[in-house]
Amino acid sequence: MSSKPDRIAAILADHRGREGPLLPILHDVQAEFGCVDAEAEALIAHDLNLSRADVHGVVSFYHDFHASADPRPEVQICRAEACKARGVEALMDTATRAAGERVRLHTVYCLGLCSAGPAARVGDRLHARLDADSLARVIENA
Amino acid sequence: MKIVRISDDALARALGADELAAAFAARGHTVYRTSSWGMHWLEPLVEIDGMGFGPATLADVEPILAGTSSTAIGEIIEHPFIARQQRLTFARAGQTRPTSLEDYEATGGWAGLARARKIGPERTIEDVLQSGLRGRGGAGFPAGIKWQTVAKTPGPQKYVVCNADEGDSGTFADRMVMEGDPYQLIEGMAIAAHAVGASQGYIYCRSEYPDAIRKLTEALRLCAHVIAPFRCEVRVGAGAYVCGEETSLLNSLEGKRGEVRAKPPLPAIQGLFGRPTVVNNVLTLAAVPHILAEGGAAHYQTLGLGRSKGTMPIQLAGNIKHGGLFETAFGISLRELIHDVGGGTASGRPVKAVQVGGPLGAYLHPDQFDIRFDYEEYTAADALIGHAGITVFDDSADMGGMARFAMEFCAAESCGKCTPCRIGAVRGVEIIDRIRAGGRPADAVERLPVMHNAPKTGRLPEQDIALLTDLCETMKFGSLCALGGFTPYPVMSALKNWPEDFLPGRDGAADNLLDRNEA
Repeated sequence: MSSKPDRIAAILADHRGREGPLLPILHDVQAEFGCVDAEAEALIAHDLNLSRADVHGVVSFYHDFHASADPRPEVQICRAEACKARGVEALMDTATRAAGERVRLHTVYCLGLCSAGPAARVGDRLHARLDADSLARVIENA
Repeated sequence: MKIVRISDDALARALGADELAAAFAARGHTVYRTSSWGMHWLEPLVEIDGMGFGPATLADVEPILAGTSSTAIGEIIEHPFIARQQRLTFARAGQTRPTSLEDYEATGGWAGLARARKIGPERTIEDVLQSGLRGRGGAGFPAGIKWQTVAKTPGPQKYVVCNADEGDSGTFADRMVMEGDPYQLIEGMAIAAHAVGASQGYIYCRSEYPDAIRKLTEALRLCAHVIAPFRCEVRVGAGAYVCGEETSLLNSLEGKRGEVRAKPPLPAIQGLFGRPTVVNNVLTLAAVPHILAEGGAAHYQTLGLGRSKGTMPIQLAGNIKHGGLFETAFGISLRELIHDVGGGTASGRPVKAVQVGGPLGAYLHPDQFDIRFDYEEYTAADALIGHAGITVFDDSADMGGMARFAMEFCAAESCGKCTPCRIGAVRGVEIIDRIRAGGRPADAVERLPVMHNAPKTGRLPEQDIALLTDLCETMKFGSLCALGGFTPYPVMSALKNWPEDFLPGRDGAADNLLDRNEA
């Protein structure tokens, strides 16, 4: 396994010459390391001729980028209006219990399955028309 | 052996369409993964020889093949939900394989682009102007005028940007276009690029739509030779709702914080990297190929009502029995949409409220259901069409809670650039909490003898309601963009229509308040 600076350098090289490359770079770094930490910020800033503050400002602005990695599996649960109308709030106690300390529950606002909520997402896998039992199963299998 | 059609739309897949497709394939049948018909309550929907079966589970596979399934709905094309629609943007829905160039060409694909190239940029823009197409993202600005501005502005490089950051709850039409008919969107962008003289396009898609990103990327790779010399690329958002606002989207594309820019300058004049840029919503661009096809513009402008021309893909969501995608000409009433088309609530309880236009849209009361789908009629009723998402709530909904959520959402998603939105939303949550708690007693500082001007009696809910109204006015007129500017719509409409939901046990609470003051 190559070192972290090498891997980040490889990601930076992939995006060389693109217009506005910062977000695509941050997505790749986030996917690779599970976070965009201070070290990564400094390397990216240096490469793009930005200050670390500039890069940190961007990282901290977006919900998808995290400052530290969390090894737990993540289950995203939609709690926006349409899923609320279909009763997601009543499932949250069950979800919290099923998740315990093992799974990180993350509230998102809309997965685009608004006619078939409540909806959840694990990785790139979506789940819809959830009730307490099926949501608990999704969380247990995460 | 039969040809079995099963959608590979994200919603169908979330409900087990992949497993179902595999089960049919394992029995030796040919499975076509098509786009979705948009009848979401029937997903996963299985189609064999035009006949539909849904919602189907693995246990239904054998009965469907044997012709004895109880999930049969008859001929799909004659289903009332489909038959009463007028589909232009979704004309291919359910019928083609999304990334198949062959299917796209066979159903009239690229005809609009070919004609645009033949008639030239000026007449292309004239056609869009004539069609009366207005931006489908919410603001309803005439698309042709925006294109004209970009075309007339000189610049060494121009851009076409597709706003595919569909963050509004209750909306999924953009997702369905991107997943179900990606070439139509790409063709619309290529036409726009040709009309304004742009060479580069970006589709800014939200990260919550992995299927759409995958299919668009695939489609762009396959059709690069068709749209050349125009180049187009998918860029993925990073979970910021506010990036659906066009100037914040442009900042995000540039690799900056997704903060809103003050307008002017308009993006049409100084947009992406300061260059002239067309920013249009997915549905706007996807409507363009039809308009540019022979006779399309004239046809488009005959549809609709008043200044709202053409069709609108309406999304029926939330607690509704027959939820899904319903495309029809402007002018349909809310009552028809919810009761005749949607079949009322999924829970079977009475409809209490309907939110039109996503999290920033007003909550409409059943008394207002005669309102017709039209930009101007909604504006007159202090409501928005927005992106035409309709979220239905039954009588168990707590509208005070929903108003609080609107403020909470605004606080969570505010970009932080302007004060009314950044701070107003936080104060809004606090005020609604105080109202719902029945007011508050005077605090320690207010009771100090030196605080001559502070009220000594605490604050009554009535006073807080006046404060909330005032705050909403400030947010509405003082915010830079629609996030802070439109959050007052759901809040004030909920307060106006369901004031009882704001004051649980109000009399008792007020008495307590006075008691506490005396103590």
